[in-house]
Amino acid sequence: MNAPTMEIPAAAMAISAGEPKAADTAAASNRFLVLEHHPENGTLLGFWLYLMSDCLIFACLFACYAVLGRSYAAGPSGADLFDLPVVAINTSLLLLSSITYGFAMLAMQRKRMQSTLVWLAITGLFGAGFLYLELSEFTHLIQEGAGPGRSAFLSAFFTLVGTHGLHVTFGLIWLVTLMVQLGQTGFTPANRRRLQCLSLFWHFLDVVWIGVFTFVYLMGVLP
Amino acid sequence: MSAQHHESASAALHGRNDDHGHDDHPAHEEGHDHGSLGSYVIGFLLAVMLTAIPFWLVMAKVIANPQTTAVVLLAFAAVQVVVHMVYFLHMNPKSEGGWNMLALIFTTMLVVIMMSGSLWVMYHLNHNMMPVPMSKMRDMP
Repeated sequence: MNAPTMEIPAAAMAISAGEPKAADTAAASNRFLVLEHHPENGTLLGFWLYLMSDCLIFACLFACYAVLGRSYAAGPSGADLFDLPVVAINTSLLLLSSITYGFAMLAMQRKRMQSTLVWLAITGLFGAGFLYLELSEFTHLIQEGAGPGRSAFLSAFFTLVGTHGLHVTFGLIWLVTLMVQLGQTGFTPANRRRLQCLSLFWHFLDVVWIGVFTFVYLMGVLP
Repeated sequence: MSAQHHESASAALHGRNDDHGHDDHPAHEEGHDHGSLGSYVIGFLLAVMLTAIPFWLVMAKVIANPQTTAVVLLAFAAVQVVVHMVYFLHMNPKSEGGWNMLALIFTTMLVVIMMSGSLWVMYHLNHNMMPVPMSKMRDMP
């Protein structure tokens, strides 16, 4: 712990003495500039901050659902409406898409364009399957008269699950865009960065879905 | 301590090039761990177990008491979130120089305050707004 504090005055003296020797400045930069070096890849940190703010949006919607989730207004309850086997299929689709995206990232690390694109396409198919099942669930509910206007419970349900679905939709659009860009320009630094950001986004959506299937679906059917 | 710093500093200086190549460093200097096949597979298997057990608990009605079931479900969800964070999102205390973890801790704190606060306030609101009997309602201003 003592050693750095001993070295700092020496380096500071070298700088204040006004002798800009190359060796001195190199040593100084080793000591100061690099240690307080900004992360070079600031995009990932910025994207992480975005995800954290997104997390707050979902937290608000979860809190809303927690407050209103049992206000049925004499309408149908979660136990009447939710079809758990379909939710289980949905969950496994999203989980599978998470690991296939991981495989795409591994293929990217090894610079294998073909297998990256294939894994991304499989991820997209799983995502699309998830969206299809969710939309068919929504239309089924609305046709049964259990639309978002029926009760506070259903308003909160559609807002929370719908917001998640919207995120998945935008993730899919992003995924397809990125596949086109990869095909056009290859593994440029920018494309690799974009793939990393989408990786964070996609895995984050899976994390949110853990909350949804536990809190909304599984706990919703409990008496 | 200082030797370690110098080593990582010089690694940061020389071991990085423009296209941010890290093909030969799986976990490189700044802690961008992109994971390996093994870690993805371990994470996936853990996630499958942590997903399947809650579904089984509810669909087979294993635990009679709904309150106990709810607590168990929330515990499984919390563990699964951590598993996803570690194995899929590659969170570690060093990624982006610690800022990722700091942001995550701050967000978690906000979420906990917001969730517990909302539930607390709204529970009491509901409690105080219990249906008023008709006889009392007539006397109200």
